[in-house]
Amino acid sequence: MSAPAHASAHHAPSGFWRKYIFSLDHKVIGIQYYFLGLFSVFLGMSLSLLMRFHMVNPEAKVSWFAKLWPTAAAGGLMSPELYLSLMTMHGTIMVFFVLTTVPQSGFGNYFLPIQIGAEDMAFPVLNMMSFWTTFLALVVMVAAFFVQGGAPLSGWTAYPPLSGAGRITGPGEGMGQTLWILSIAIFCGASLMGAINFIATTVDLRCKGMKLMRMPLTCWTWLVTAILGLLGFAVLLAAGVLLILDRVAGSSFFLPSGLFISDQIIANHKGGSPLLWQHLFWFFGHPEVYIAILPGMGVTSHLLATFARKPVFGYKAMVYAVLAIGFLGFLVWGHHMFMSGMNPYSAMAFSVLTMCIGVPSAIKTFNWIGTLWGGKIHFTTSMMFALGFVSLFVTGGLSGIFLGQPALDLYFHDTYFVVGHFHMIMGVAAIFGMFAGTFYWFPKMFGRMMNETLGKIHFYLTFLGVYGIFTPMHYVGLVGNPRRYSDFSNVEYLAGVIPVHQFMTYCAYFTAAAQIIFVINLFWSIRKGPKAPVNPWNATSLEWTVPSPPPFDNFAGVHPVVNHGPYEYSIPGAERDFIMQTDPPSAVPAEG
Amino acid sequence: MGMAGSFTHEYIQGPPPPPIEGGWGDDGGGNDGRGSSRRASFTGLWVLLAASTMLFAAFTSAMVVRRGLSDDWASTPKPPILFVNTAVLLLSSAALDMARRALKAGARERFNTWWTTGTVLGFLFLGGQTLAWLQLKDAGVFISTNPSSSFFYVLTAAHAFHLLGGVSALLYVDVQALRLRLGPAKRTAIDVSAIFWHFLDGLWLYLMVLFYVWG
Repeated sequence: MSAPAHASAHHAPSGFWRKYIFSLDHKVIGIQYYFLGLFSVFLGMSLSLLMRFHMVNPEAKVSWFAKLWPTAAAGGLMSPELYLSLMTMHGTIMVFFVLTTVPQSGFGNYFLPIQIGAEDMAFPVLNMMSFWTTFLALVVMVAAFFVQGGAPLSGWTAYPPLSGAGRITGPGEGMGQTLWILSIAIFCGASLMGAINFIATTVDLRCKGMKLMRMPLTCWTWLVTAILGLLGFAVLLAAGVLLILDRVAGSSFFLPSGLFISDQIIANHKGGSPLLWQHLFWFFGHPEVYIAILPGMGVTSHLLATFARKPVFGYKAMVYAVLAIGFLGFLVWGHHMFMSGMNPYSAMAFSVLTMCIGVPSAIKTFNWIGTLWGGKIHFTTSMMFALGFVSLFVTGGLSGIFLGQPALDLYFHDTYFVVGHFHMIMGVAAIFGMFAGTFYWFPKMFGRMMNETLGKIHFYLTFLGVYGIFTPMHYVGLVGNPRRYSDFSNVEYLAGVIPVHQFMTYCAYFTAAAQIIFVINLFWSIRKGPKAPVNPWNATSLEWTVPSPPPFDNFAGVHPVVNHGPYEYSIPGAERDFIMQTDPPSAVPAEG
Repeated sequence: MGMAGSFTHEYIQGPPPPPIEGGWGDDGGGNDGRGSSRRASFTGLWVLLAASTMLFAAFTSAMVVRRGLSDDWASTPKPPILFVNTAVLLLSSAALDMARRALKAGARERFNTWWTTGTVLGFLFLGGQTLAWLQLKDAGVFISTNPSSSFFYVLTAAHAFHLLGGVSALLYVDVQALRLRLGPAKRTAIDVSAIFWHFLDGLWLYLMVLFYVWG
């Protein structure tokens, strides 16, 4: 073909603003989301370093603390309230603006349309609005640092009455908490717009031959994540509206009678239920965990097949497992509330359903190992991160089985065991999925290759570092160390674990320092990396049929036709060890 | 990589590609590319309705729980104008459907009349809701007065917020229609906004039942 059969009438916009800022191109929007997430992850990580520093140096007076927070860190000494506000903002920024944003809105935006053979998302204008709404939410969230009283203290779950009763409950609980809820409500709107786009695109814009069961597993996880986001964020939005009204309009949805806070009786609220918030929040909050992790599972499945040069073991089982995880995710929110005084029979039901999630999770892990089994494994950096994802997913998943049992949760609840668990499975595993995606797709996104040597150094240091931070947390939790406290130095029964905390803090510094390698690699490679070929990994999906980076409408006016499944590697008798999805049907030799 | 050579950053101007039937990954066709095709618009609409349903389901469950939990629930007096508003909203839905029928029959003039009627009735409903709020306010019933009134304001406001989006869509179609710019591509906008409006209609009936039975 010398010229496309139907020339496309779509042109790339030429002005700077339309091309890079208010772009309608899903690829530009994907990169915008990626960098928003990159900014957020470093902001969130900095906050965690301050917390880890304070935990092992509770008496330290740091002069620049006093400059940054003249009241909350008077004389340079971090107050417990400041510690709580750092914790709240760390959790919120990481969960919403990193884990929810990058794997789904970043990579999903860029690669979903290309992988299913579409020219763009179904609603490009909505897509642009979704990004800028997310950006606005981030601005409002960060603004909470700078208002009177500072950032809120109530954690990323914002439990009332602390989050609902206003300034009286703490310095950050005035304007800071109001901005927090406002930001989350805006974020809900952005996520709903994104979910509508993802679902409509996947359902309706698949190219000829791209049957559902021919979609790469990445697309399946983006689809299921979008459905989770659609149903979950709508409920969080409702909860946020009610909470903000409790704060500013004097209603009593969540605030009970007889509150006694800071030596004062709260007389203007009565009859509300803090537990109502917990139910609404966790109905969103548990699916949110899968929103963070499912795209990472998709990327991992995709990469294990590519770099083991084997088809995904049990493709259909993988698809059904993702659907099952998504479905069950809506039935288990109560396991976050075992300690709320719930009826033990309810707790048992939630517990059994929670254990059920172990089944599809085990199917996925089994199939990942099955995919690797007997493969010719290429240990690229992205493959190492995908393998790291499997490791972290198993480690974090196993501790979840402990926490899912009410009798054990009685003890573990609100200890560092929980912190270790969710950081492993939701935080670090998802971040490894993002690293894997970054190293794998960077050549397509920026037209250049990343440095593999730096990548591997970064991988090994990070892998060691995160295990060094989060494995001891399980131990510290077993000892009974509560979470959310800023200082354990005067707690007798915890004297023995202070050195463990010191070790975790050093590991946190170490891991954070290792990320500098990644940042250098990323920005150096964007400018100076060697030019990327069309298909550097000999992979099969549609994004590897177009130039790196792809033209404005992805396929330059051609309508791709798909003839093969996404993971046809090492087919006996085939010319190469991979068959691209667009290869003619004859690429697979007839049997017999 | 035989295909790679055909990709070029230089685009050749030409007529847009003919619409291709099929898609959905079937063997019969493919999608016709960038932008909101009619089918994607409908999918987007159904997905949006699912999200709105979840929002109101969350409010409803909060209301049922909150009502059952405490003994401070006192029924809010409902302004009778709500029944007038309900009638106006139902009529606007009916008008929109008359308009769609007229368009199917090729009667553009009749379409314009009915659609404009539906749009005006839509704005009238919003005005009526505002009157209902003002009447409540004059009766001394505010959002913080009672959990019942809190939910009344929240649910009517959330519904009105949806309606603002709805009337904007109706108005857009109406302006296009009156300026004689109603090409085949706008049929999707007509159908999508009408279905969305019917949904808001049904939602309002549900809310009325909720207010009068549990409110």
